[in-house]
Parts: sequence; C-alpha cells; structure tokens
Amino acid sequence: MNIIEAIGLTHEYFRRDEEGNVEGISVALDKVDLDVREGQFIAILGHNGSGKSTLARHINALLVPSEGTLIVDGMDTSDPANVYDIRQSAGMVFQNPDNQIVASVVEEDVGFGPENIGVPTEEIWQRVERSLKGVGMWKYRSKSPNRLSGGQKQRVAIAGVMAMEPKCIILDEPTAMLDPQGRSEVVRVAHELNKKKGVTIILITHYMEEVVDADYVYVMDHGHIVLRGTPREIFSDVELLRKYRMDVPQITELAYELKRSGLPLDDAILTEQELVDSLTRLALSGRNG
Amino acid sequence: MSIVIKDVSYKYNPGTTYEVTALDHINLEIGDGEFIGLIGHTGSGKSTLIQHLNGLLSATEGQIWYNGENIYEKNYDKQGLRTQVGMVFQYPEHQLFETTVFEDVKFGPKNQGLSDQEATLRAYEALSGVGFPDEFYDQSPFALSGGQKRRAAIAGVLAMKPAVLILDEPTAGLDPKGRDEILELIRDMHERSGNTVILVSHSMEDVAKYVNRLIVIDDGRIQFDGTPREVFENYLKLEEMGLSAPRVTYLMHRLYEAGMPVDVAVTTVSEAKQEILKVLC
Repeated sequence: MNIIEAIGLTHEYFRRDEEGNVEGISVALDKVDLDVREGQFIAILGHNGSGKSTLARHINALLVPSEGTLIVDGMDTSDPANVYDIRQSAGMVFQNPDNQIVASVVEEDVGFGPENIGVPTEEIWQRVERSLKGVGMWKYRSKSPNRLSGGQKQRVAIAGVMAMEPKCIILDEPTAMLDPQGRSEVVRVAHELNKKKGVTIILITHYMEEVVDADYVYVMDHGHIVLRGTPREIFSDVELLRKYRMDVPQITELAYELKRSGLPLDDAILTEQELVDSLTRLALSGRNG
Repeated sequence: MSIVIKDVSYKYNPGTTYEVTALDHINLEIGDGEFIGLIGHTGSGKSTLIQHLNGLLSATEGQIWYNGENIYEKNYDKQGLRTQVGMVFQYPEHQLFETTVFEDVKFGPKNQGLSDQEATLRAYEALSGVGFPDEFYDQSPFALSGGQKRRAAIAGVLAMKPAVLILDEPTAGLDPKGRDEILELIRDMHERSGNTVILVSHSMEDVAKYVNRLIVIDDGRIQFDGTPREVFENYLKLEEMGLSAPRVTYLMHRLYEAGMPVDVAVTTVSEAKQEILKVLC
C-alpha cells in the first residue's frame, strides 16, 4: 500500500512587495509525482532551494498544495479536517535539535506529544519507554536535554515523534549540525526503526554516505524530481549528479577516479567492502596474469 | 608568531555548583599564514576556544598574546583585535540585517572607522572575492538562497580584511557543491592574501582535503596537533572522542589488511588513487 502518493503536486510561493501586492510567483514544487510504499526507507537529495523541504512540509500538512493532490496514509492533505490525523501519521524531525526540545527532562519531552493528543497517562508512560528504548536513550530518561550531545538530542527528538506512533517519519537534514558520531547514531536509529518497527522513513540529507542504505532515492532540482532509483542507480552517474550540485559517497568517488585511470571496476561501487573485494581481486589476477 | 595561547583555562559559572571546565590548560602557537583545522565533538570546547582568540571570552586562567602583545593587558585595544581576528559564526546568515546585501557587507568596514568610499571599495572587493553575482548587490539579503546568504555573510567579515579568519562550521547545511565552493573560496583567499585561517568543522573529509595542520580538542584539552596524515593515523583514538577518519583512510586500512602493500596514512581521494594505482600497475 502507498503511504504517500503525490500526483502533480505543485507549490507556489507569492512574492510580495512592501505594500503586500503580489510581485511574482515562485514555483517551489512543480508537478511532482511520487509514491512511497509503507515500510520503505526513502532518501531525498537536492541542492539548497531545490524544493526538498517544501516537499517534506507538504507530507506533514504544514503546507497545502497549490495544485495537484497529495494523499498521506489515505488522507487528502488539502482537506483541513485531516490535518491533525495526518500529523499523527507522518511525524517530522528538523535540523536543529535545540529548536525541537520543549521540556526540561528527557522523558517529559518525549511524553509531550502523546499528552497533547489526550493519550491516557498510563499509556503515555508505556509509549515513552518504548520510544526511548527504540532510540537507545532510555538510560538518559531523567536527564536534562541540555546536558546531551547533538546526536543524543536528535535521538530524543526522534523518540518524541515515535511516541506519537506515526507510520512515517520525515527527517529534514537531521544530521546537518552533528559531529561524525552523532551523524552515524541518528542514521542508525532511523534504519532500526524502519527494520524493526516497519516505520516508513523519508530522510532528507546533504551527506551522500547516509543514502547508501536507502531503498530508493529521489533527486530534486528546481522543484522537479530529476532522478529516481536505487542508490546504486543514482550514484552510477557521477557527472550528472554533480550537475545537480550533488556528489557521490567518497568510496564511490574513489572507485570512479580509479576507473577513469583505467582500472576495470564496476560502475557505482557503494561500500568499502565492495571496493576492497574488487581491488583485491584485481591485485590477485594481476599477480597471476 | 601571531597568536600564542599560554596555559589557558576557562570555566563556565566559576565558583557555583554549575561550574564546568570548558578549557583545561591549553597551550598553542598559531603562526602567520597557517591554514588550521579544528575538530572535536559537540561540547568538546572548540567554540569556547575560538571565542577566546578575538577576546569574546576571557580566560579564567592563563594568557593570550597576539603579535607579541598580551590581550589581557589593561590598555589593550580589544576593539582593534576584533577587526584583526575576524569570526564567521555558525549559520552566519542569521546575522544579516541591512536592507541590501551591499549595505550589509559595508557595515563592518564602516564600523572600523573607514570612510564611505573606502568601505564601498572593501565591499566590492569582498563580494566579488566570494563570487557573489553583482546583479544581487542591491537585493535584500533575505531574498537570497541559502548558499548566497552564506556568501554574503562571509563577505561581511572578509570586508574587514582580518589577518586571522576563524570560521565555525561554514558549510553546515549547504549542499555538496555549495560546500566545495565555500571551502575552495576560503583556500583561494588564503593562498592569495596569506591570511591565517582557522576552520572548525565536523567533516573529516573536508579538513583532510584543505588544511595543513589539524588540531583535535576533546574534554577541553588539545589531544592531537599535526598534519592531517599524522592526526588521522590515530583514528581509533579519534573514534573514542566521537570523531572519525576520512572514509578513504578506513578503506586503505582494509586494503592493507587484505594484503595490499598500500600506505595507510592516506587521507584524501587523490592520494588514495595514487597509492592504489602505484600498487596495482
């Protein structure tokens, strides 16, 4: 079943002058078609201003389509009556962890969401426990969030969304402000929630390494989806990606450079293991031949 | 020697129950014209350290000397220090405030006491230096894209011609192309003007590619100080500090373990390529 289905989704921003008269129209999303099956791990790439975050905000019904339709978990986002149900189905995690944490104790922060929608107290605590265990932050439950590292704060923010029991979580550049360890913690937790709990994940990022294990990747440019495919398909055309201001993982870049220098390597080598295997095979055949 | 940090310690909320030691007896010498990378996990003390360099924070203990003068002397000109040591904060575009990009960039030099004409000249120089398209000079800085705002904000600091330029994660949140453009720009300006650059970064790949000297801070102390090659050889210790080595360094270790006689101290894609070709061809 498709949890997200966009047909011709268009978003226009009005540019206004000082008196509030419309000066012009910017098209942030231009007839985007997209469907995400329940349980998939999706990555969205695209340069600054390509429309990624606008798309994310549509899925969470923070924005509504100017044209076209967007169905999230069977609900049309343009119907105001659906807004709260949609936000419960599709939770969102933003870039800056400090902007998303509201309470002074970790477990209270995670319980804030369910409390807000009237979940009975007993169940709130169960959800808090499940969510914090899910992101590996249970032992910090009685700590103050401002004593945590960036990666830990982001995991608390994810737990806060998890406590709403959404079917889908949209992470909008959740690792942009984190150190290497914080980045890998957050990405690992997203994969775990996807595999163990079947939560659909939509990860927006500028770090190509984080995309390697996604099921499917979309690349956006000027409000359009310009490339779609598996990570291997997407990263096989280095030059095309660079044209869209994107890059490839460092391992893929090295394999690409080696291939250009004449080594017989496959296109789109994605992982360290693959490159080690290919190169050691080459070393062996060189010695034998 | 342009900056000497002598036994500097800094405590937040000293003497209270909330006392936190952010810097613990730091000793550093930063020479003229160096291009330095500063890495450490969130909360390691990086930002506290760089805020000492232009006098935004004053050490609880120890001294800082800039060009042979103790900046904690009573009559020391701190205002002058801040125009010499320019700081580009994280997300500097949040500090844009003027009605046009050009006025925003002029603000710094005007504040330094330069004439309007000189400030105008400085603003032109800085904006063209960062590759900012001239058709946007008179636009409101708030109408720009993320990457352009970042450029405008960096130009605002460059227009003051600081001898020492400190950048706190200047590429956070930028797309890969934007990231490369900003870093290449910083390197070009460094090579052209010979200024000292201190780059705070969470990207091991970026510091490996751009800096000559890499300083690692953890728990308020300097843990490593050397070339990127020297520092990243300690990748296991770096991992304990919440950091890592560039991806290619890990690859080289794996290749070495698999029996290929490659140099494991490699830190960039181009070095790795040369090493592998040398072994295979």
